[in-house]
Amino acid sequence: MDYVSNTEEEREQMLKEIGVEAIEDIFNSIPDEVKLNRDLDVSEGMSELELKRHINKIADTNISLDNYTSFLGGGAYDHYVPSIIDHLISRQEFYTAYTPYQAELSQGTLQVVYEYQSMISELTGMEIANASLLDGGSATAEAILMASRISRNKKILMSSALHPSYREVAKTYGEPKDLDFVEIGLDNSVTNLEELEDNLSDDVAAIVVQYPNFYGSIENMEKIKELKQQYKKVLLIVVANPISLGLLTPPKLFGADIVTGEGQSLGNTINYGGPYLGYLACINDRKFIRQMPGRIAGATVDADGNRGYVLTLQTREQHIRRERATSNMCTNEALNATISTIYMATMGKKGLKEVAEQSYKKAHYLADKIDEIDKFDVLNLDNFFHEFWVSTKLPVKKVLSSLKQNNILGGIDISRFKEEEGILISVTEKRTKEELDELVRLMEAM
Amino acid sequence: MAEKLIIDYSSPGRKGYSLPPLDVPDIKIEGNLETEYIREDLNFPEVSEVDVVRHYTALSELNYGVDSGIYPLGSCTMKYNPKRNEDIARIDHLSQIHPYQSDGDVQGSLRILHELKTDLAEISGMDEMTLQPASGAHGEFTGLLIIRKYFEDKGIEKSKVIVPDSAHGTNPASAVMAGFDIVEIDSNEHGMVDIEKLKEAVDDDVAALMLTNPNTLGIFEKDIKQIADIIHDAGGLLYYDGANLNAVMGYARPGDMDFDVLHLNLHKTFSTPHGGGGPGSGTVGVKEFLKPYLPRPLLVKNSDKYYWDYDRPKSIGKVHGFYGNYGVLIRAYSYIKTLGYKGLKKTTENAVLNANYMKVKLKEDFELPYEENSLHEFVLSGVKQKEKGANTLNIAKRLLDYGQYAPTIYFPLVVKEAMMIEPTETENVGTLNKFIDTLKTISKEIEENPELVKNAPHNTAVRKLDEAKAAREPDLKW
Repeated sequence: MDYVSNTEEEREQMLKEIGVEAIEDIFNSIPDEVKLNRDLDVSEGMSELELKRHINKIADTNISLDNYTSFLGGGAYDHYVPSIIDHLISRQEFYTAYTPYQAELSQGTLQVVYEYQSMISELTGMEIANASLLDGGSATAEAILMASRISRNKKILMSSALHPSYREVAKTYGEPKDLDFVEIGLDNSVTNLEELEDNLSDDVAAIVVQYPNFYGSIENMEKIKELKQQYKKVLLIVVANPISLGLLTPPKLFGADIVTGEGQSLGNTINYGGPYLGYLACINDRKFIRQMPGRIAGATVDADGNRGYVLTLQTREQHIRRERATSNMCTNEALNATISTIYMATMGKKGLKEVAEQSYKKAHYLADKIDEIDKFDVLNLDNFFHEFWVSTKLPVKKVLSSLKQNNILGGIDISRFKEEEGILISVTEKRTKEELDELVRLMEAM
Repeated sequence: MAEKLIIDYSSPGRKGYSLPPLDVPDIKIEGNLETEYIREDLNFPEVSEVDVVRHYTALSELNYGVDSGIYPLGSCTMKYNPKRNEDIARIDHLSQIHPYQSDGDVQGSLRILHELKTDLAEISGMDEMTLQPASGAHGEFTGLLIIRKYFEDKGIEKSKVIVPDSAHGTNPASAVMAGFDIVEIDSNEHGMVDIEKLKEAVDDDVAALMLTNPNTLGIFEKDIKQIADIIHDAGGLLYYDGANLNAVMGYARPGDMDFDVLHLNLHKTFSTPHGGGGPGSGTVGVKEFLKPYLPRPLLVKNSDKYYWDYDRPKSIGKVHGFYGNYGVLIRAYSYIKTLGYKGLKKTTENAVLNANYMKVKLKEDFELPYEENSLHEFVLSGVKQKEKGANTLNIAKRLLDYGQYAPTIYFPLVVKEAMMIEPTETENVGTLNKFIDTLKTISKEIEENPELVKNAPHNTAVRKLDEAKAAREPDLKW
């Protein structure tokens, strides 16, 4: 099976018009020494029915959230995704379009981006948002590079309570620019603020904290704001789960200069980690706008004076500035940003708050119950959003595998990141009391 | 035609969502969270489900997709996005899996990913692949970091990357992000790498040459072996930008052209939808000697088990929070399994046939700056039409009036008034003829009434938009 629609006769006729005899002749510009003189070692093609049988058979060997109750989080959250999202983004005009190079035939995408930017700005409290970056990890890295360009400093104070993978991505991105990463340790489940204070100086480019942090804890943002404000050039980057901002005070009010993070929780399928979207928003300052990575949509007028949308401030970008661009960003995560836009619009003013509150309340119900069990302790019981850190003397692997035998994915074994130990349990509005009680019952029996 | 903003549909108290009632005992948030951490207000839309559906449907109708018609953006490979791939990517047991499930839980998905990377390595002639980069530019950045790490590991200092003047803008931008300085070299009169200039530019400080082959003019760099020798002899490496792989599948492989590192754009060659600008996937392939430097974790197969190998001390680290754009990878797998080796080769043949057919037809009316044999795309110049009063931008806008998308314009930079046309294999001779006829009609319009073309578009949802105003007075949110 293939998707070529020219018939043999048409191909013959086209070759004639081109003035060659056989299709192979068009490839004469490829020198023989690099030509492949054999068939590719790739399997035979399949009909649609064969393909679906083949892949369904493979898929059935997975354990999925479809038939397991999941308490996994760690930057990828199992929130409810309303039906309308997949229907709307399955409109070919959205999903098969290219980057809106011809604005007049891309007003749909451009207006969606404008709405996305508006709602991300509102949610984070910031003034300007871009059209999306690749994911939470790379967006955090881009935010750090941006802060270093703005402050012209290289030292980054990065909280150890920032997602371990984001820290690793940031270091990968920062290495060629000689960024000096100082990891600020933990004080229980939050950033050690004394250590942060001791490391602050005028040559620091940025403080990077996660809110709520990797362990689910809510950092002392008031204090962080106070520390940051003692140094004029130091920027504050806040990495935030957008769902939590339905309930929590937006980072701008704690002095954030750049807010970034993973947008998956806003309506995107769990999808084994991708495609997700990175979001990035900042204060309204010319220096910041000029250093922003990625695409930005803006409103303007057309030749008749009617409102329309275009990609704008493009002199920052690679296709204009080449080696002097702020970033190499080209393809972003437009369809995921479309998903998040539709999600935010659907949930709206009350819905986003309700999702955040239900997640919060259910997570706290569960945490209280687990903390009552002798063999388990919740380390951040009095201060977390919808994810908490459980410590236990029992072997974590055994706890999780025993839960799995009962069709429960009980949480993340924190030791996989080779720093701390315990279980990270995440609860969204999708979990029912019955499921929470069942988890407690099984843990009590251990 | 204009569609108002979703916030303008808002009516206090209207709701578009439903959630089950809270089934755990309610607690007061105020008693648990300090007040300064509780959000006061969220100015989001209050709209009904029908409002949302109508609004975004109306917006979609202002867009043009591949299913609408020809999308001849050069170097973008806007081929048909098969529907079966969409269904397959949505299979619950494939999509409803969490990135922190154990490897044992997700053997099916890992098998698919492993088979995909094995096929991509075979198609491109490389030894090992990472699936982590989420876009072409992300792949370039990853590939260049691998090169950087390799030299660092060998204790060799190299600071420069060479890019031809016809290269994609992401090439120099990615190289700078990876810490290199750029040396740009001019193309020769045939639109190819100028061997003499390359020799002049190469010294032992050059880490890599980045090349697209066929290049952005659609012309195959026939001296590729010599180019590779020049770079390798000076101790540098050769990087392949896979944007144009659709031109050579089954006919030639970058690995056999002696490229050391490459990225493939699965959202181009392997049919995954662009989504209005993303998601994409820029999988990176390397030769054996660069394998230790690939991003962590690397997918490994051991007898019949698949797992992520994190124990890679020489790795550049991670470039993505998880494993890459998995949903895109599933679609590419579905595409390759559908086509098989014969379909892949036939794809390339028809992509090249279509482009050459259009070139022959269109060079009657438009200047063809490079007469060289080209493959899957070609570049015309609008200089003749510009003299008559309408430039390439005007021609592009006029095409929109006829309900067809425009080619890539003003790129590559080496051609004045450039129109870079890539029809792909999924168009048939009928749609090609329609596009050819439209361009010829526009060329005639320019002779008879250049103002008509100059003021285009006339029939689109909005007319020509004021980009200068957008940049001068940024209006970036409601």
